[in-house]
Amino acid sequence: MSFEYAPAPESRAVVDIASSYGLFIDGTFVEPEGGKTFKTVNPATEEVLADVAEAGEPDVDRAVAAARRAYDKVWSRMPGSERAKYLYRIARLLAERSREFAVLETLDNGKPIRESRDVDVPTAAAHFFYYAGWADKLEHAGFGPNPRPHGVAAQVIPWNFPLLMLAWKIAPALAAGNTVVLKPAETTPLSALLFADLLRQAELPPGVVNIVTGARETGSLLVNHPGVDKIAFTGSTPVGKRIAAEVAGSRKSLTLELGGKAANIVFDDAPIDQAVEGIVNGIYFNQGQVCCAGSRLLVQESIADELVDRLKRRLSTLRVGDPMDKNTDVGAINSAQQLERITTLSQAGEDEGATRWTAACELPEKGYWFAPTVFTDVHPAHRIAREEIFGPVLSVLTFRTPAEAVQKANNTPYGLSAGIWTEKGSRILWMADQLRAGVVWANTFNRFDPTSPFGGYKESGYGREGGRHGLAAYLAEGSAL
Amino acid sequence: MTASVSSATSDARTGADGSSSDTEKVLARARDVVGATELDDTNLARYLHGLPGVDKVGADGRAAMLGTRSIKTTAKQWALDTIVSMIDLTTLEGADTPGKVRTLAAKARTPDPSDPSCPRPAAVCVYGDLVHVAKDALAGTGVKIAAVATAFPSGRASLDVRLADTREAVAQGADEIDMVIDRGAFLAGQYSKVFEDIVAVREACRADGAQAHLKVILETGELATYDNVRRASWLAMLAGADFIKTSTGKVQPAATLPVTILMLEAVRDFRELTGTQVGVKPAGGISSSKDAIKYLVAVNETLGEDWLNPDWFRFGASSLLNDVLMQRSKMRTGHYWGPDYVTVS
Repeated sequence: MSFEYAPAPESRAVVDIASSYGLFIDGTFVEPEGGKTFKTVNPATEEVLADVAEAGEPDVDRAVAAARRAYDKVWSRMPGSERAKYLYRIARLLAERSREFAVLETLDNGKPIRESRDVDVPTAAAHFFYYAGWADKLEHAGFGPNPRPHGVAAQVIPWNFPLLMLAWKIAPALAAGNTVVLKPAETTPLSALLFADLLRQAELPPGVVNIVTGARETGSLLVNHPGVDKIAFTGSTPVGKRIAAEVAGSRKSLTLELGGKAANIVFDDAPIDQAVEGIVNGIYFNQGQVCCAGSRLLVQESIADELVDRLKRRLSTLRVGDPMDKNTDVGAINSAQQLERITTLSQAGEDEGATRWTAACELPEKGYWFAPTVFTDVHPAHRIAREEIFGPVLSVLTFRTPAEAVQKANNTPYGLSAGIWTEKGSRILWMADQLRAGVVWANTFNRFDPTSPFGGYKESGYGREGGRHGLAAYLAEGSAL
Repeated sequence: MTASVSSATSDARTGADGSSSDTEKVLARARDVVGATELDDTNLARYLHGLPGVDKVGADGRAAMLGTRSIKTTAKQWALDTIVSMIDLTTLEGADTPGKVRTLAAKARTPDPSDPSCPRPAAVCVYGDLVHVAKDALAGTGVKIAAVATAFPSGRASLDVRLADTREAVAQGADEIDMVIDRGAFLAGQYSKVFEDIVAVREACRADGAQAHLKVILETGELATYDNVRRASWLAMLAGADFIKTSTGKVQPAATLPVTILMLEAVRDFRELTGTQVGVKPAGGISSSKDAIKYLVAVNETLGEDWLNPDWFRFGASSLLNDVLMQRSKMRTGHYWGPDYVTVS
């Protein structure tokens, strides 16, 4: 007897997608001055979802000017307790409209509906709830008696968690009293535009949040705009480096959350069934398109074979396919470009002599798909052990001693996250102390909470998002008057 | 405290050659797995405590994730029928009477009078003294008779009393015996005592040519930690359990999804190690179809189809059947029954 799950598709009808979208500037949707647009597609079907405006220089000017006006006239003068009311309202509306946002996110991004429903949207709402609480308590946040906002914040976010990254950026910025111009990623603009609609519903004063859509060019115009006081960027390390170079010597303050090549380290005394789940969650969650993904599995030699066998057995039960099906575990890759990168790096892994294993699964004909893949016999010199693949590809390396585990884990230009699996508490503390990673998870992986700071060491960026520390990026230290 | 099994169980032997050679096989396998010639507390502890630990947060998270599976239409139909066929329809009250047991048996014979295609539950589960009543009432139906034995639910009686309890139920014709382990001994680290008890009860189940299946109730609600659940599962399997069962239903919490998943993982790993397949029975507290489907999903995604039938997975439940019947009828007719259409038992 076998138990076949019947299709359980989420309804697409819960969200209205317009055929075209303008730019959200000063509280209204406006057409871009040059009239340029681009298309956003559903990566699971390659169907075009909407035409989206591409902001050029005059549009970015208007957006920054609107943000400045709103900062000077309204937002910077408003008591924190009043700003908090808006943030709470946004949080509540997000929770109320969560199904709409989840469906839209899945259609535009390709991630499984289970994930957008259970992780992305609720965590985004939680960030607004959390930072709403800070808005009237900034003088107690540890940044001096009278911390000041920077002014206009330019925020550029990636396509892997479109709404959640928006929340990570906008919630602390507004709580601290800044106004915002945000540019969502080119391939995933729709949830930000639906969020703009939500801001109107929340009656947020015009200009406090502006959303300009576009590609890399628009982002570059925004971060280089002289009217911007603060820049927050989440994305790839090469682009982050470019932004840092462009901003150098200016008055702008900058935080960067960039790439990663996290080590997920499993010792021989680990809770093995949970470790397997943690490895799966670490690298196959969101199709591995996660900056803090546990893309390098470091496993103690004495249990390596057993662990890899258990991992493969577990991967054979992953359900890959239609992201709108509520039982799907692994959805579509976000774009043809990203699929190309994953394919190229995986080929490099084979060429360099690592052993490739792929879970048996049927992939849909249309759309961008990559089956969950494991490489064993990987060595630190291989490209797949060094470069960020940003896809559902795990590289398995082994170690013999804790010191070797630390050495291998730190042997990367990145330093965003790491995982430790052991039943020994003292070893967890020792390892966490040795690892050069901004987030170290113990006996879990990829857990996010608005109260916990997140950010990188080394080429994974600087600055923290989340928690009290996340406010620091949006406040200038004050002094007693 | 190092009494060896062979001496403790020798009293329990009934002389039937079948049962003693069966016991020898179980003991030999246990010695082999544990890697010791003496199955004493020290060696058993060394083995059981060497099993990989369980991280509670992760185990609970896995269960919560499996609980989100959306089982609809044809999958739900299949699941509901399968659940009915896996139910051990249970009455375990001090106030049970022959009449009450006959009513329950009639329900098992004809779960849904309006739908002859409805499968029958796997078994009817009663106290030992009522086995003959159930046996008579269910003759020819294929529904098994399960009896709780060994001073159920506390198990607080001497081994002689518990064995006599078992033998009586088997003699009356019970097909399956649901025994309880000595949780006190387990928690005190007297693993060999728990082990020997189970071996002895298994022997009683197979004495004089009988072939009663042995379900070992761990009473996970009293074991306090997930590590203990894993250890108790292995101890029971090493001692020859045919099934491991979560709970008596008399202690809260009874069956939970994370605990059941732990036990599913244990039987999976045990088969991989020894080649012997052991069944799993969550019991107590599963009263809705929705919950039962989550357990079925857990079996499917932890073990696969080898365990997806009543020989290897059971639900110990009393009120679950009626909810599943209501859901079945809803799928068939498009509307819910009023409660008056569900037969009481």
